Formats: sequence, structure tokens, C-alpha cells
Amino acid sequence: MTALVVLRVLIGWHILYEGFSKVLIPNWSSFGFLQESKWILAGFARWVLAHPNALNVVDFLNTWGLIAIGLGLILGLFTRLASIFGALLLFAYYSNNPPFIGLEYSVPTEGNYLVVSKTLIESVALVALAVFPTGLIFGLDMFIWRYRKSKKIK
Amino acid sequence: MSKDKENTRKPEDSKATTDKPDIKRRTLLKALVGIPVLGVFAFELLKKRAYDLEKKNRVLKELGLEDIKSPVISKGSSGAKGDLLRIGIIGFGNRAVAHANGLGYIHPDDVEKRRASGSLESWLEQEDLNVALTGICDVFDLHAENGLATANNTIRSGGAKASGIPVKRYRTYQEMLDDKDIDAVMIATPDHHHAPITIAAAKAGKHIYCEKAPVHLEEQLNELYDTVKNSNIVYQLGHQVPQSTIFKQAKDIIKKDILGKITLVETTTNRNTADGAWIRTLDANGKVKPGNEKTIDWEQWLGPAPKVPFSIDRYYSWTKFFDYDIGLIGQLFTHEFDAVNQLLRIGIPKSAVSSGGIYYWKDDRDMADLLNCVFEYPNHDLTLLYSATLANSRSRGRVFMGHDASMELGSAISITADSDSTRYKKQIESGLIDPSGPMVSFNPTSGKIDAVTSATEKYYAARGLTTTTINGRQVDVTHLHIKEWIDCIRNGGTPSANIERAFEEGATIMMAQKAYVEKRRVEWDPINKKIV
Repeated sequence: MTALVVLRVLIGWHILYEGFSKVLIPNWSSFGFLQESKWILAGFARWVLAHPNALNVVDFLNTWGLIAIGLGLILGLFTRLASIFGALLLFAYYSNNPPFIGLEYSVPTEGNYLVVSKTLIESVALVALAVFPTGLIFGLDMFIWRYRKSKKIK
Repeated sequence: MSKDKENTRKPEDSKATTDKPDIKRRTLLKALVGIPVLGVFAFELLKKRAYDLEKKNRVLKELGLEDIKSPVISKGSSGAKGDLLRIGIIGFGNRAVAHANGLGYIHPDDVEKRRASGSLESWLEQEDLNVALTGICDVFDLHAENGLATANNTIRSGGAKASGIPVKRYRTYQEMLDDKDIDAVMIATPDHHHAPITIAAAKAGKHIYCEKAPVHLEEQLNELYDTVKNSNIVYQLGHQVPQSTIFKQAKDIIKKDILGKITLVETTTNRNTADGAWIRTLDANGKVKPGNEKTIDWEQWLGPAPKVPFSIDRYYSWTKFFDYDIGLIGQLFTHEFDAVNQLLRIGIPKSAVSSGGIYYWKDDRDMADLLNCVFEYPNHDLTLLYSATLANSRSRGRVFMGHDASMELGSAISITADSDSTRYKKQIESGLIDPSGPMVSFNPTSGKIDAVTSATEKYYAARGLTTTTINGRQVDVTHLHIKEWIDCIRNGGTPSANIERAFEEGATIMMAQKAYVEKRRVEWDPINKKIV
């Protein structure tokens, strides 16, 4: 149980900082990342790049989505929702540039990967956290849970 | 697994669920476990931010760059204030399409193309220059028709309204220059026409925007300079590159002597395609592009060049032949020279050598596809190098090398301290400056100068984008260059690529070409204004 809470808080911290650093970098944009997109989401990435408004929306959702997910995981607030969205978002990052044989990127990665990358592992870890919603005990979800329960009883 | 789920769902104090207000202290503390973590996070985030800012400011302060400005777009200097300017375009090929776009005109077919590529919106936002494209002159019917369709299109940038002036096609440029209803001309013909048309236009009192190169033959140089100089027209040479916002930053960096004494400037061309080697007679499907003796006025196209029978290859791939152009030197070194000359004001070199050959594209071309030119400036203690290949596209950049640092200037700026620098010796020893990576970079898309280059910044610096960004908006550099020209026509003043710069460039490229053709080192005689 404790291990799960620690895992949740650590992943939350990581995602929260990723979100904040995008706010702090002046005019940060996912432009470069999407330009590198390979595999199944490449078509979508190209469409986003061709539409400045879509790119703005993606940038906004990405940045504030990361911050919201990070806060949720650390505080244990809407833990299951945050875990699921976090897992989906991370899986989307992974799908944009998976370390498959034959897909080559112009920017070197910070580690050595074959098929499996840290992003994929973090994504699957969030799936596990969604299954064990620790926020009900170690998190603000406890209050929500109590509130709902009391309503039901009434 | 579902059993586990049930277990975790059950809070320890199941009794408490029935009477809600009574939450045990222990349970409450457990629920709030995330709050202190968040506190630590906030503390670390602020600490990191303060550290980054402090380091950036220290580096910028050491370099005296704290007050370096972010670019702002000038507003209202042209626009509705002036009278409507009536413009004619001579030569409506590829480059003229960019000119028309820069003026605020677009071909109906290009509207859809731009919409698909996502560049329509930023184009529509482009400022209205209060101009009317009223004349088109081209020797090829198809190109002239494209020009007319563009000039008659009601879709305009900046919400400009149609002028109501009918658009006229002129059969010859002389006819256009004789017309009192044309105020200014833009010349985008093959290079062998540039000087003769410019000279005639200056004599006719038309303002001139001429594509590079300014001259094709050495004899044209002094006549061009004297004619433009003795007229009252505004002349702008088509070097849009320095309109990029980072050039203003680069100027500041040079002025503040960040690089130390600059003794070598290396400029390059790196292309590796048939199109890049000016083989342009076939279209994308491998078919010969349209045009024949009936639709192209061949006599007029040849103009002052030697008479040869009609050739569709010469018409489309004219850059290959010295009769119409001087190859890499005229097409691409001109941009490099102007970029360096705008920053360092080096002018005409004392001497030039060129060497190269036709090593890859072995067709009927005259121009070299591998070329190296070296220009000496003993009065500036500087060598300018131009190295070009049309058979390899490895990006070699444009680098200004000083004793203390190097500046790579592309669509972004990145400055790296030299590990043996005298000026930065202390800072390198203290670890404030790391000579193994850029110490300062300026990236037009971020609009801010960044001293601690992050991975993203490094990535952008290496890549760069084509347009320039002002106030967070994408702006076409050709538009800015045209705007500068038009502002000078309306309000007086001299544009950046004026006739002085054009003369310096013309002399320099003629020296390089002469050195290549005659296989010898040539020198400039500043008194008689000629190459010896």
C-alpha cells in the first residue's frame, strides 16, 4: 500500500514538473515534438502542425493537463481519473515516437531503449494505480468518498 | 484483483461512514498526505527558477547583454497615410509569386494551397501596404496570365480593398517604364536582365526593387551605380534574409564585441537535389514544363545575351549557363555576402580567389557545382570564405569566428565561447561559462534571449524555421523587405539593401566570377573602380 502511494506521488511530481516547465519556458510549443512524430499518430501530428489554432489548443491542453494530472496524483484527488488520463497521455507520447526498430529520430533520447521506454513503463504504472485507487485512503478522495456515501445513506 | 480493489476501497474506520462528521485524526492525516509533498514541490520549483534566472542574468551581465531588445513590429509608418503606390512586376516567375504575396496579393489557386499547408491565416494578417499591383510584364503568356489572375484576385492580406485600377499586361519592360501610371517596379527576371532593366527604370524615374544579383557583367557595375545614384528613386536589392528579427540581435552582439576580434567568417551552401542544382525543365511527373516558341517571346527573353535557337532547357534552367547568370556566386553567395556585409560592413575585398569544378551534375552546364571562394580584407584583418556544394546537404551553417567566441547565425543565433578565449578565461574556469555548448542562444520563436540553453532551445537552434516571428506572430521576411522599401518611398530614407550595398556586392561577385573563369587571383582597384 505504502509503495503504491509513494509511486503515485513520485509520478505525480514528475508530471507536475513537466507541466510547469512548459509554462516557464517562454513560448514553449509541442511543434518540435510533433514534427518528429512517427508511427500511428504521425498523421494526426501533421494535421495539428498544419493548423496553428489546433497547435495552440494541443499546447494548452498538454501543459495544463499535465499540471492537473500531477496535482491529482500528488493530492490523491480524483486519483482514478488522473491515473487514467495520465496513462493515456503518456501512451500518446509513447505512440508518437516509440523506440521501434527502423524508426529513427533526429533528436537522441536520454537513455537506450528497445521497444520499451520509460514513458511506456510510467504509463503502465499509472494503469496499475488506476486499479488500486490509493487516494481513497491516502488522498483527498477520502472526503469525496465520504460525502457520496453519506448522500447515498440519506 | 477485484477483491483487492474492494479491500482498498474500504476505509479503515468503517464505523465512521454512518455518522459523517466524525473523522478520526489518523484518517484525516492520511488523506492529507499529498499536501506537504506539494509544499516541498513548490519550494523546489521556486528554488530552481531562482537559480536558473540568476545564472542567466549573471551570464548576460558578464556579456553586457542585459538590455538586448526583443523585436517589435513598427506600426503605422506606412499604411493608409501615404498615397496609393502603383506597382508593376517585370518577370512573373517563381520569385515574383513571393513578391506579390509580400505586397498582399495572391493567386486564387495559392489560397487553397496555403489553406492546406496552414500558412493562409498568417498571410491574411499581413499588413496592408496601400499598394496596387497594376502592371504585369512577362515574355511567357502563361506566366503573364498568372500575374494577371494574382493582381485581379479580390482576396488580399490585411483587409485591403481592390484599387479599382485595371490591371494591364505589358509586352515589353520598356512599355511599362514609359507608362506614367506606374510608380515603382519589381524586377524578378533572369539575372542577365537585372542591370539593363534597373538602369532603364532609374532613368524613367521608377522606384526599383530588384532581385539579386544586381549585375551580371562587370561592365554594368559602374553604370548601374551612377545611374541609380544620380536619380531620385529608392532602390532596394532583394535580400530579405537580414529582415529576420535575429539579425538585429546579431548586430547588437557584434556591436558589443561578444565574439572578440573576428578574423574568419565562413559561409556555405549545402544542397543535394536536382532542383537545388537548377535542373528545372521537368515537372514533378517528369514531363517537360509548358512553353514553346509561340507562347514565349524568345528574342526578348535572350535580350542582351548571345543569340541561340529556342531551348526550353535554357528557358527554365537558365542558372546553369553563364550567358544568363553566374551560378552559385550570383544565386546564393549574394545572400551570404549581404548577410555578412549588413553585419560587419566589410565592403569590397582587396582580393579574391575561386576554385571548383563540375564534379557531380555532369550535364551541359557552365556553372561549377562545387565551389570555394576566398576573399581577403586586410584592412579589416578578416577572411571571408564561401564554400558551396550541390552534391551534399550536410548543414554547415554560417559562422562568425572571433578570438573569444563563435556565432552561428542561421534562422537562430547560437554563440559558443572559445575554450582558449582570453576574455572568458575566468568565467570558463569558474564554470559559469561552458565552452562545450552554446552560452547564449537567441531563437526567434521564443522571442526572448536565453542564456542557459535547454534541450528544447538547442533543438530549435539547430533547426530553425523559415519565417520570422514578431510579437509572437509569423511574418514573411520578403514582406518586411518590401515594406522597408515602400516606407522609404513614402517617407524618405534609405533601405538596408541600397545601391551602396548593391555596388559592393556586385563588385565582390564579379571578382569571384572572374577569378573562377580566369583561374587566377584578382584584386580590386578602388581608385578606378575596377577589377585587376
